[in-house]
Formats: sequence, C-alpha cells, structure tokens
Amino acid sequence: MYRYDSYDQTLVDERVAQFRDQMDRYLAGKLGEEEFRPVRLQNGLYIQRHAPMLRIAIPYGMLSSHQLRALATITRRYDRGYGHFTTRQNLQLNWPAQEDVPDILADLAKVQMHAIQTSGNCIRNTTSDQFAGIAKDEVVDPRPWCELIRQWSTLHPEFAYLPRKFKIAVTGATEDRAAIHVHDIGLRLFLNDAGELRFRVLAGGGMGRTPMIGEVVRADLPWQHLLTYLEAIVRVYNQFGRRDNKFKARIKILVKALGIEEFTRRVEAEWAHLKDGSQTLNEDAVNEARTHFPEPDRRPVAESAIVAYEKLRQENRAFARFVTNNVMDHKVPGYKAVTLSLKRREHAPGDVTADQMDAVADLAETFGFGELRVTHEQNLVLSDVPVDEIEALWQQLEALGMANPTVGTLNDIICCPGGDYCSLANAVSIPIAQAIQERFDDLDYLYDLGPIDLNISGCMNACGHHHVGNIGILGVDKKGEEYYQISLGGNADDDVSLGKILGPSFYREDVPDVIDKVLQVYVEKRLDEERFLDTYRRIGHQPFKERVYA
Amino acid sequence: MPDHTPELSPEPDLQAAPAATATSALIKLEKHVTDTWVLSRSDEALPDQRPAIVPLALWQYHADRDDLAPWLPSDTELTPALAASLEKAALVAVDFPAFTDGRGYTLARLLRERFGYAGEVRAIGDVLIDQLYYMSRCGFDALALREDQDIESALNALKAFSVSYQPAVDLSEPLFARRLRER
Repeated sequence: MYRYDSYDQTLVDERVAQFRDQMDRYLAGKLGEEEFRPVRLQNGLYIQRHAPMLRIAIPYGMLSSHQLRALATITRRYDRGYGHFTTRQNLQLNWPAQEDVPDILADLAKVQMHAIQTSGNCIRNTTSDQFAGIAKDEVVDPRPWCELIRQWSTLHPEFAYLPRKFKIAVTGATEDRAAIHVHDIGLRLFLNDAGELRFRVLAGGGMGRTPMIGEVVRADLPWQHLLTYLEAIVRVYNQFGRRDNKFKARIKILVKALGIEEFTRRVEAEWAHLKDGSQTLNEDAVNEARTHFPEPDRRPVAESAIVAYEKLRQENRAFARFVTNNVMDHKVPGYKAVTLSLKRREHAPGDVTADQMDAVADLAETFGFGELRVTHEQNLVLSDVPVDEIEALWQQLEALGMANPTVGTLNDIICCPGGDYCSLANAVSIPIAQAIQERFDDLDYLYDLGPIDLNISGCMNACGHHHVGNIGILGVDKKGEEYYQISLGGNADDDVSLGKILGPSFYREDVPDVIDKVLQVYVEKRLDEERFLDTYRRIGHQPFKERVYA
Repeated sequence: MPDHTPELSPEPDLQAAPAATATSALIKLEKHVTDTWVLSRSDEALPDQRPAIVPLALWQYHADRDDLAPWLPSDTELTPALAASLEKAALVAVDFPAFTDGRGYTLARLLRERFGYAGEVRAIGDVLIDQLYYMSRCGFDALALREDQDIESALNALKAFSVSYQPAVDLSEPLFARRLRER
C-alpha cells in the first residue's frame, strides 16, 4: 500500500501543527464558533449529539496492521475503546474530547494517517473497490489512480470552500463495487479496443434528499488527462453550483439544472485551457504510483491444498456457509479474499472494539501480508489468504465473533450511526438494524432469500445509502415522532437504480413485520433462483404494496 | 460608451459621497503594510477619497480614471472581454461576502493563470486568518483582513505549509513531477 515519503509526512505534520494552533485560538476565544466550524470539519471533527465525533480517513479503504493497532491504541487512550467503520471506508470515533483532537491527529500522523477533508464542503476521501488489485473481474487496478487523486485533492487551494461536499469513487473492475453512479464524480477505468487505458467519467450522481444517478461527461478520457479533467469539473462546480440553498448545492443539482449537454460544454470549455498543463500525467508518474501497490510475495499453493479445501467445504456445513458467503474468489488460484463481518446483533453495524482491532491486526499479519481493506458495506477484508489457511482463519474469526456467515445477506445491513449519535438524524437507525437482525436470524432462511441489500439511514442525508438498498429504510420525523419510510428496488451495482417509496411510513416497532411481508411476497413470486431485486423488477411495486398495506 | 455600462444617474458625483475606508489590516506580499486605497461598497456614487476601490460596474463607468480600481463580486463571470478590460486596472479586488464562499479562489486563479493579470489581486470582505494560505496560493498578493483579525497570526498562517501536492499560482510543478525530477 502507499507509504509516505518525506513530503507526505511533512505535509501531514504541518497540518497537525496548523490545527493545533487553530484549536488553541478557538479555545482561547480568539476564533469564533462559526469561523472554527469549517476548519474543524476539514480536520474530521464534528460536534455531535452527545460528544464530538472524529472521522479518520482511510484512503480508498487500505489499512495496514500497524495502522490498525495505532487506531486501537487511540480508541483506548482518547475514546471508549471502540470505533465505527463507515460506508465511505472511514473510521469514526464517537467520544473523543475536542481538545484532545490535535493530539489524536499527531498520533495518526505517526502512522501515516490523518483526518484531512473527511468532512466539510471540500473534496472528500476517494473511495474504491474493496477488492482492488485482487478481483477476478478487474481490468485495471484503481489504487494507483486513487492515490494520484488523493494527492491532487489534498489541501487543494481552490476547492476548500465548494458549495457542498464532493465525493469521488473509482472502479477498475467489470462489476462496480464502488457505487460510482451515486457519487459526485464516478470513474471507471477500462481498456478501449486498441488496448489503451481510458476513464469513463460520470458526474452528478448522489444520494441525500434528491437522489440522482450520475451521467456521462466523458466516455473515454485518456488517462494522461485525469487530473486536469477533474480540475475542470470541480472548477465549473465551484463557480456555478448553487450557494443560496444547501439542499440544492450538490453538483447533481447543477448537472440537472444545466442539463448534461450544457454542463459538459462548460467542463470541456474549461478543460480546453487546462489540458496538457503541468498536471498532465505521464508513464513515469503513473509507474511511480504503481510501485506502491506491488503484488504481495504469495507462496505457491499446491493443487492438493485446493482439493483439500474443497473437500472440507463439502464435509463441514458451518465452514461451507462461511465460505459461500464470506469468501471471495481471487485472481490468483489458491488464494481467496475473506470478509470479516462487523455485523452482530450486540453491536451497531460497522462497530469494532479496540481488542478486536488488535486481534484483526494480528490476523492480517498471519494470514494476509499485514494489509486490510475497509468495505463500504462496513466490513473488513483480508485480501490474500491461501486456501490452506482459511480454516484456521475461520476458527479464529469465530472466536472473535467476526465469522458471521451472512455477508451479502439480509443480515449484512448497511447502517448509519443514526439518532443515537448523530445530531443530524431524524430517527434512530441502529436499533432498527438490530431488530431486523434479531427477527431474521435463521441462517437457512437468510440463505434461501439469497443476496439482499438492506440499507438504513436515520435521515435524508442518506449516510446509510438507503436509496440504493434493495430494501431501503429511512428514518423520518413527523411532529417529533420517529417514523420509517420503506423503499424497494434500489441497487448500487452496475445496473444501478434508486429505490421507490412503498407508501406511508411506519412506526418503529412495525418495521420488522413490514420487512417480513415484503420478503413473503418475494418468496411466493420468485422464479427459480431469481434474486429479490430481479423479482421486484419483474413484478413491480404493486404486489408488495398491497400486502404491506392490506 | 460600452454596452455593459450600468444605468446610473447622469451626474453620479453630485450625490452624497458614500463612506469609504482604508483598512489597517492589509497584508501585501506577506508583509503588514499601510493601505493607500479606500474601499467603497456603494453602487450609487464615488467616494471623495482617492485612490478608491469601487464596485466593478461603477469602475466600468469611470474606467478612464487612474485613481480608481474595481472590486469583483464573487459571482462575477470572468469572460475574456471583462478580463481584457481589467488589464488597465492598477489593482483588482475580489470580494468574499462570506469566508465560506469559495468562488473568489477560482476568480483569482483565472485572473492570474488564464488572463495573465500582473497587477495586485486583493482579497476583500470576509477575509480571515485561516483562509489566507489558500488565497495566497491562488494568486492573491494583497489580503485586506477583516478588521478583527490578528495580524501576527495572519502572517504566521501564510507559512503553515512548506510543501504542496498541486500546482497553483505560486508553484508550477506538481509534487509528482518534482519527485520524478529529484529521483
């Protein structure tokens, strides 16, 4: 993974010193609340319902065992011994003291981490495919490109006060696991017919209160122009995005208001000036970025080991369940990527304790070259596990409570922190996730249901990505009471779609029953192996609506 | 008379002159200096004092005067025609109606990088310590701080970073290119 050189380290250290001075001025009453606000946000610090919240960047989800141990230490020293992985591959601390934040950032800088631009109206942490570099369907490894974007966007002097936040996602695989259609900019790397590397550039996607699917600005951008083209898009947004209404300030509103043709015309006109400028990439620059993501030194795995692994899978039902759901094929025969589930009823989805972090860091060193990935489904991944070590890993994960064989099922819920923590939320979300996990805990039933994404957001900011859940749940506030709106048919993958609201919202205690009825309709109406999403698309909204509101 | 002339009363100078003040908190080329210009925000009439920074529309009306300079609102669309007309101005100010309005950063870069404006580019309005570093990178060489800002802290804030990833007005080489060069 990417390692800092002296320039990166200097920049992050100077950022800590800058923020320490800003915090000192704030605490001394020399920097007002309003003026401190964007400064602290762009250093990851929110003021939340119960306490400050600190969001730590995990660039494109890549984390080393060394860094994870440092995070464990930080959560013990400055927080309550746990952290929360988010849908944008970051880690949040829910209980830091605000005056400790400069020290936390200094500790992070020692392990090449930071919280720069994890919040605020700026370019946020770039996200990517959690299986980057190892997926069987990958065409181009997106990580070197993500790193180039990270550097370009970090402390960009022109784009720190955009109309609103700005999120970029990159994929280099056939299947989109980075949800590029619902980002401000989505990038897909591909090879054209001549074998040349190109970017498909989407803009104007997003969730929030006006969910929209991104539109194509450039179908085939040559890779050399990536940074100048991004700069052109963000510059057009900075100049013309709305600033009079924060709910209409995202780039998606601008793209929609201008229409994609006019938006594209402005971007191209801007780009005509920036094209071939000093930020134009060359082979050397990209190769330099690539050297940070070498193939790990994988030992050969004997054919007999692969056979033994398949045999164990046949014989041991529990192991088979784990493999089917939590183990993903790898581009190298004899290797697999293993997902560590952070979904347990006792914890909020994505929560992990300091002890678990330490244990996982050990596992990453034993089983995975000391590297981990954070997924936007709020799980962790060990990306390079030889098949003859999967059983041992599985047993250790069982002991840690991280082997729940439910990845990709209804129980693998994506969920924001909700009203229990977040001052923006209209309603709680974690207790809803827990109630659903409790109701549907029969593994056979979960497997029979097959892949279903159930996503929960506690408000229309949509941090829980409810719009793209096959089943989406949104907390709404009506005259001070919490209600939940259910939508069906959303999908974050390639055939992206936004969920459609089923009808009037429900009381909290009725949500599991409503989900149950929706699932009954699916089970009755599905054909053969049809996924929930496909059944919904075939039979439409009505049968579900009739059953739920009968 | 150019097409974009604003509608003004025939004798604008006969109206009561608006209040205009020089700032005591001007940083120029990274030094605290005495401001020789006054700033007027009145669209109606010119101030008595000179030299004066006045709204763009008013400056356009009196563009032949050497002792006037324009300030641009943050929503100014910097067309080539406008940029060409600004060339003769001794200084161009860009207004920050709120420090969270980031359009001025783009305006300054366009003035410098696209249109090669070589005179003073001055940030006015809600100009605060914690935005100065980015402003200076974008081509502002004069920073008229909001009056309550501490000059000492402001001068320090300009030196917050010794390294940048991206090129801007202050630096033409991106870090990735510098690394390759130094390899």
